[in-house]
Amino acid sequence: MAEQEQAEQDRRQRDADATVDGAEGQEVKAAPGATERGERLKGELDDLLDEIDEVLETNAEEFVKSYIQKGGE
Amino acid sequence: MAVPKTLGVETEYGIVHRGVADPNPISASSLLINAYLSRRAEPGSGPGAPRVGWDFVAESPSVDVRGFSSLDAMAPEIETHLVNAVLTNGARYYVDHAHPELSTPECADPLSIVLQDRAAERILVESMEAANAVLPEGQELVVYKNNSDGKGNSYGCHENYLMDRATPFSRIVQHATTHFVTRQVFTGAGKVGCELPFRNRDHLEFQLTQRADFFEEEVGLETTLKRPIINTRDEPHADPLRYRRLHVIVGDANLCEVATFLKVGTTALVLAMVEDDLLDPRLAVVDPVRALQAVSWDLTLSRTLELADGRRATAIEVQWELLAAARRYLDDRGDAMVGGPVAHEVVRRWEGVLEGLESDPESLAGQVDWVTKRRVVEGVRDRHGLDPSDLKLAAVDLQYHDLRPDRSLFARLGAETLVDPDDVRRATGTPPADTRAYFRGRCLARWPERIVAANWDSMVFDAGGEALRRVPMMEPSRGTEEHVGTLLDTCETVEELLDHLSA
Repeated sequence: MAEQEQAEQDRRQRDADATVDGAEGQEVKAAPGATERGERLKGELDDLLDEIDEVLETNAEEFVKSYIQKGGE
Repeated sequence: MAVPKTLGVETEYGIVHRGVADPNPISASSLLINAYLSRRAEPGSGPGAPRVGWDFVAESPSVDVRGFSSLDAMAPEIETHLVNAVLTNGARYYVDHAHPELSTPECADPLSIVLQDRAAERILVESMEAANAVLPEGQELVVYKNNSDGKGNSYGCHENYLMDRATPFSRIVQHATTHFVTRQVFTGAGKVGCELPFRNRDHLEFQLTQRADFFEEEVGLETTLKRPIINTRDEPHADPLRYRRLHVIVGDANLCEVATFLKVGTTALVLAMVEDDLLDPRLAVVDPVRALQAVSWDLTLSRTLELADGRRATAIEVQWELLAAARRYLDDRGDAMVGGPVAHEVVRRWEGVLEGLESDPESLAGQVDWVTKRRVVEGVRDRHGLDPSDLKLAAVDLQYHDLRPDRSLFARLGAETLVDPDDVRRATGTPPADTRAYFRGRCLARWPERIVAANWDSMVFDAGGEALRRVPMMEPSRGTEEHVGTLLDTCETVEELLDHLSA
């Protein structure tokens, strides 16, 4: 739930920033909380992309071709 | 009038048996589930899964809510000889055709659904571990929480909503269809390529949903051929004079907790408004089957759909109108029929997601699956300079849904969570306290050897007499901890319990 509260705080902050900036006719900028979260997600994505060859199935082509799922529902 | 929205999700998982020449998905699924049941049945293994079978007496999947069955309709078959178990959390875990399937226990709100959906994933992970521990060296079972094999075969993640029997079915069709077509912008799990019949896979680089390519009809009874957006299976699993159960087959299985929460939470709100006849009949999408695909294929989220009054609106604009109606509904009628206070959180997040989709969809990474997945797919494509049709990108798609903790791409992406991992662990063996699943789960935990069979709306006990005793549970919001908690805590024996229940 901590993340949820953080997200709520982020959103409130974003709303507040948007109002202030919008009133002054300036460009709306991301709130610090939102930026932090965005940076964290980007960091995790970059880490994954760095390691993708170790994480992905060794023979991706063969894996995709052999993944067959018949008889659903 | 709206009735309390008892909710459930049933997920069919993809399964791969590695290291064998000629894998058989039915035996692989049986092995997977049996391995889990055996592990949980071991002494000292904690709360788990007694070997109680499913009771098929009330199942009639060919009954059509429209009151007829067309001659060429293919009703789903019930396969009674395959593994089929009831767990102490009130869930049903079984082999359905060629897949392992887990139906969550009945839940009273969408946050409870998120918890049980996560518990289901955990049960599948533990099942893999248990199965792989007994398989010969070099063999492995792997489970995927997705809905397509990328080759035109699809399997479902079905949602269930309890509704008032008195609501005209045509009204449900109209508004639920509109919601199902347009909610895809936040419920889609994302897919590399296209699976629409007679199109090449690389006709599309990426689309919002796993499922949209597989739907051909607006309304019908089928689930495997000519799939309809509105499924008409009429099995209320409750008092049939008061209730119907809307069986929704059009959605994707989600990994993001926020997506699951919104998929079920927004739909419960829309259906309550349908029951109370509060939605504007002009807010209806024309030609919904084509619109379903159009929305799924439009990564710009800007394509407009034709509405019944001749207006054109984007999926997001339709969703804003439904959200506005939901706010009015909560203000005027309260939250009692739609999960209580949690409904306000649904509305808050619904707004947040629509805002995000309009301003910067990337900001929804970790909340919406198609956004989360697309970042990885495009990241791999750009970093390695791959052609969009490169099968490595299809592999990224599949592995996003891999449930092995060390292989899941989703698990590495830091998605937002709504439920606590310890609560998820507990929920694999503990039922929700606020639906009849509580009675089912608690009885199974206490007297597994005295329960002959169980299903959604009844349980059969062996009370030692000549005849078995069936306890009907036709009201999904009864049999809760509040109703029977003390009784279950104080009764020493099944006989005592049954005497109290029949008194």
